[in-house]
Amino acid sequence: MAAPLYGLMARFDTAPEIYHAAEKVRDAGFKNWDCITPFPVHGLDGAMGLRRSHVPKFSLIGGLTGFTTGMSMIFFTGAFDYKLIVGGKPYFSPLFAFPISYELTILFTAFATIAGMFILNLLPQHYHPVLKSKEIVRGLDDTFYVVIEARDPKFELARAKALLSAAGAKEISELEA
Amino acid sequence: MAHAHTEHAAPAILAEVKPASLPRATLVENHRSFNWVTEKICGIIEGPTPRWWWIAFAISGFLASFTVAGIAYLVSTGVGVWGHNNPANWAWDIVNFVFWIGIGHAGTLISAILCLLRQKWRTSINRAAEAMTIFAVVCAGIFPVFHVGRVWFAVLPGYLFPFPNANAIWPNFRSPLEWDVFAVSTYGTVSVLFWYIGLIPDLAILRDRFFKSGKKVKSFIYGIFAMGWRGSNRHWSNYEMAYLILAGISTPLVLSVHTIVSFDFAVSLLPGWHTTIFPPYFVAGAIFSGFGMVLTLMLPLRAIFHLEDLITQYHIDCMCKIILATGTIVGYAYGIEFFIAWYGSNPYEGFAFINRAFGHYAWAYWIMITCNVVTPQFFWFKKIRENIALVWILSIFVNVGMWFERFVIIVTSLARDFLPSSWGYYSPSAVEIFTFFGTFGVFGVLFLLFIRFLPIMPMAEIKAVMPQADAHGGHDNKH
Repeated sequence: MAAPLYGLMARFDTAPEIYHAAEKVRDAGFKNWDCITPFPVHGLDGAMGLRRSHVPKFSLIGGLTGFTTGMSMIFFTGAFDYKLIVGGKPYFSPLFAFPISYELTILFTAFATIAGMFILNLLPQHYHPVLKSKEIVRGLDDTFYVVIEARDPKFELARAKALLSAAGAKEISELEA
Repeated sequence: MAHAHTEHAAPAILAEVKPASLPRATLVENHRSFNWVTEKICGIIEGPTPRWWWIAFAISGFLASFTVAGIAYLVSTGVGVWGHNNPANWAWDIVNFVFWIGIGHAGTLISAILCLLRQKWRTSINRAAEAMTIFAVVCAGIFPVFHVGRVWFAVLPGYLFPFPNANAIWPNFRSPLEWDVFAVSTYGTVSVLFWYIGLIPDLAILRDRFFKSGKKVKSFIYGIFAMGWRGSNRHWSNYEMAYLILAGISTPLVLSVHTIVSFDFAVSLLPGWHTTIFPPYFVAGAIFSGFGMVLTLMLPLRAIFHLEDLITQYHIDCMCKIILATGTIVGYAYGIEFFIAWYGSNPYEGFAFINRAFGHYAWAYWIMITCNVVTPQFFWFKKIRENIALVWILSIFVNVGMWFERFVIIVTSLARDFLPSSWGYYSPSAVEIFTFFGTFGVFGVLFLLFIRFLPIMPMAEIKAVMPQADAHGGHDNKH
């Protein structure tokens, strides 16, 4: 028995072609589809109808955590756990604690940003029908693909093929799940 | 109606504005294709190991063994093997630390600040410059970690990292030296993260290319680190946002790191150190030395791998001009220091600077002035910027000059402080000399491994700035 169909993969050779094809697929109302591009094509997010990324929310949480960690660590060590007068100054002040809190803000933001990127992208995901395709080598090199998934409620094989051909696809192949 | 009125007179406002087309520098010469970029960069990794690589690796490895030997002797014997004395309690260790950290700054400047400023020419040099940053931070880290002697004390009794010591006392968080620990470790970590994020799409290309050519083991290894990247635009959307945020936070980070490094000196009361000009002066110097190192590294790579189409004369011009600008800022800072020493009317401060220029260490001071103030001025001339061999030689002078800058600042102020009875002179011991020159070997080993196993240029980013990457097919030019 043949493996179930994951979707259709249509080849486009240039950036303007994929841009216009993406607009057509978006306007046809598909939801579970994607573009495979070797580099981020400027404006393709809009052509695909993608919303603004949610990564900054992770970054904000990371940054706030980092700043709080820095301040509380310095408070804990100098004003709580072992009180020690240094230079006749108060046990704790946010001023001298600032540089370290600032660095930790950046450190935690960086980790949160990257974690957010991986979580939102569902990576690492080492198995994927697109990666199984023999064409992925070119998809990361110099060629652009539109992938429409079979699970999309609007997906019908013949119609989807017709849409992609009309959008100017050079070649359309079926992907196994 | 208004038209009728102005018909006979010369129109004050043009009916149609025709802006002059601005010449944009081509970032990839000879109209190369996307595939050419992939083949070029991947070809370096996929091809056989060149003989020069083994020779360079052997030399670097030998040089690196100096550092290993120097450190082993230091740890087994004690910090007395270094040439420090009283009053010069700080010397080559912190000179070398600041020198290497400063070199790292150009990498972050290229990857973060130029990204925020949308300087597209950064794309072909940012990967190697970021690698340089990381390896420079590794070399820098050796000195503060090992200057504690028994190196394990850096962590557990909390000489550096915040753990309570034997008397349950925590490190002093009011000290800029403790801030340094956080600044530098954050800097190293964030630089690695930023570098890795940039590598993911390129590792995915290598994974698939090795798979296609039947090298399953290599494909598997690159594949693990590529995280299953498949070029999905839904992924790119989050990826680009993450990259932008990392650039956004790396910018204040890189400025803060050298600011805090300069606080190590500026917060003290020593004449010659206790100045408010230090943070901007140190940051400019760091970028100056870092770009010197980028040129020192990239020009040979460009020649060896024939990357002239990717690192064009325009790229070299841009880097030379940054060296010129930052070098001039550094020269200005040298002048202002002298002016303030005179204007502030503090006899100790005045003496510190006269002593710098004409005292026992005058030789170091004039090497510094020659390399840092005079050298970059050559880059005013296009003829010199186009002479690659000369640019490379000048870039080495910049590196030498910036090492001497740190030496001059640190040692002259310490060796001649307030009381003439406590004056001294510092000379490095053989162990220090070996340890320092060995770090160039450590750096060389790491950098050679990088160019052998990782793509030296970000392919995805280069493709994105090529003219055919424009989704609107250059509509703008057709108006």
